[in-house]
Amino acid sequence: MLIRPPSDILPSEITAPDIYRERRRFIAHAGSLALAAALPASHAHAATGSLGPLAASPLSTAEERTSRKAITTYNNFYELGTDKSDPAENTHRLKPAPWSVRVEGLVNKPRTFGIDELLKLAPLEERIYRMRCVEGWSMVIPWVGIPLASLLRQVDPQGSAKYVEFVSHYDKATMTRGVLDWPYTEGLRLDEARNPLTILAVGLYGEVLPVQNGAPVRLVVPWKYGFKGAKSIVAIRLVEKQPITAWMKAGPSEYGFYSNVNPEVDHPRWSQATERRIGEFSKRKTLMYNGYAEQVASLYSGMDLRRFF
Amino acid sequence: MTPSNTQLSAIKSVLFIACLAPAFLLWRGLELDTLGANPIEAITRTMGEWTLRLLLITLAVTPVRKLTGWHWIVRLRRTLGLFAFAYGVGHLLTYVWLDQFFDWQAIVKDILKRPFITVGFAALVLMTPLALTSSNYAIRKLGGRRWQSLHRAIYPIAVLGCVHFWWLVKKDVTEPLIYSLILAALLGVRAWWREQERRKQLAGGYLPKPRFEGKVIKIFAK
Repeated sequence: MLIRPPSDILPSEITAPDIYRERRRFIAHAGSLALAAALPASHAHAATGSLGPLAASPLSTAEERTSRKAITTYNNFYELGTDKSDPAENTHRLKPAPWSVRVEGLVNKPRTFGIDELLKLAPLEERIYRMRCVEGWSMVIPWVGIPLASLLRQVDPQGSAKYVEFVSHYDKATMTRGVLDWPYTEGLRLDEARNPLTILAVGLYGEVLPVQNGAPVRLVVPWKYGFKGAKSIVAIRLVEKQPITAWMKAGPSEYGFYSNVNPEVDHPRWSQATERRIGEFSKRKTLMYNGYAEQVASLYSGMDLRRFF
Repeated sequence: MTPSNTQLSAIKSVLFIACLAPAFLLWRGLELDTLGANPIEAITRTMGEWTLRLLLITLAVTPVRKLTGWHWIVRLRRTLGLFAFAYGVGHLLTYVWLDQFFDWQAIVKDILKRPFITVGFAALVLMTPLALTSSNYAIRKLGGRRWQSLHRAIYPIAVLGCVHFWWLVKKDVTEPLIYSLILAALLGVRAWWREQERRKQLAGGYLPKPRFEGKVIKIFAK
């Protein structure tokens, strides 16, 4: 069952999503990382298309995935418009290729990575994660990506580096003006950035990441509110002091640096105790750290989570 | 331009259908699954937007009447106001039913604790007596003057509606700003007219001419 990327993809040669999803389910059922690893690790990277065979991850959830349609039409990507439906309608405003990501700051080996280089840093994995938006809705999203840690290893952070800042692409000529202080920036503590859950996503549903979801590369930090996942990243900077993110500037009392999903700490204007899973009728209870407490709670032991919201 | 009674009935019917259209479109959208990934949010939001829009249209009746001399349009005002209330009730119901699923404890907590919900709820509570006194019978019973002062509650109601919208958006206040500017204009023009009248009176015209000379304006049909 080889899926090799042809140099010129004919429409007839593109595997239909239901077929490859079925194949992937088969692979998962057949147990296997081993089987998946046995497949050639070829990464197709056309403008759209399959990312080839993907390694499954024990970090993935078995919950029912949100439909591809919902994930790609209900987006917060303010650079492409502030209505949920805007980003999918304004994909022409962002050209995801060619693209490169500068990694700079307190690192011994600063470097600019092309997308293809990023894809080669580690085997592409499918990570099916819950995503909880600060607005009170959630999805289950099958991302494709690499651990952020594998990129950080390449640049060799210096001892003084304590935080990682992410900068998104911004083009004043084509993108939303005002609303936030552009470009969009986000940040993580270095240990959060190195956590195995933290990934740089380059795909969705086994295919290249759509523009409205943050093409070509975005951050995914599943135990934090969705806005922490900076989209269309152009720079990653290792710094000593805690960066002030775009949302912290926009509302210091409403959006903190950590922004961990926490049902007990409300947004000043609304409750965070429950969420509506997109596609479901009634709401469900929001879980501490979005259900990833086992993996991340230790990062915050002893911290007052009301203060460090 | 004054339409005949038949024409007015026709205009009223068209207005009634037009006011029902947003609800109908929501229903169709739900059936055809075109309300997006979060249809419940779309329904709640659309109902809220139409409440505010209809409130502003209701408030535009008097200025339009003064500027154009179309005194008959005041007879469309009750329909507009009642539809504003109906959409407001629909908005609250979607919140109580679809959003909170009759979790009364959570609802009471929300109303008390979340300022944007507090003001939205207050606006709807204030609209209720106006809806209840919209019949000809109520107008007669209260007497024109008292009825009118009661119905001036629409001014604070519309302000609360705009504040409700402003406080609920995450960051982009463009839309609430547009509604607020329209409301400011509608209230501002009233304040300005009132001031002009006051000046006229101070200038000696203690007995101002009737505003609509020689014409009795019935605001409801017999």
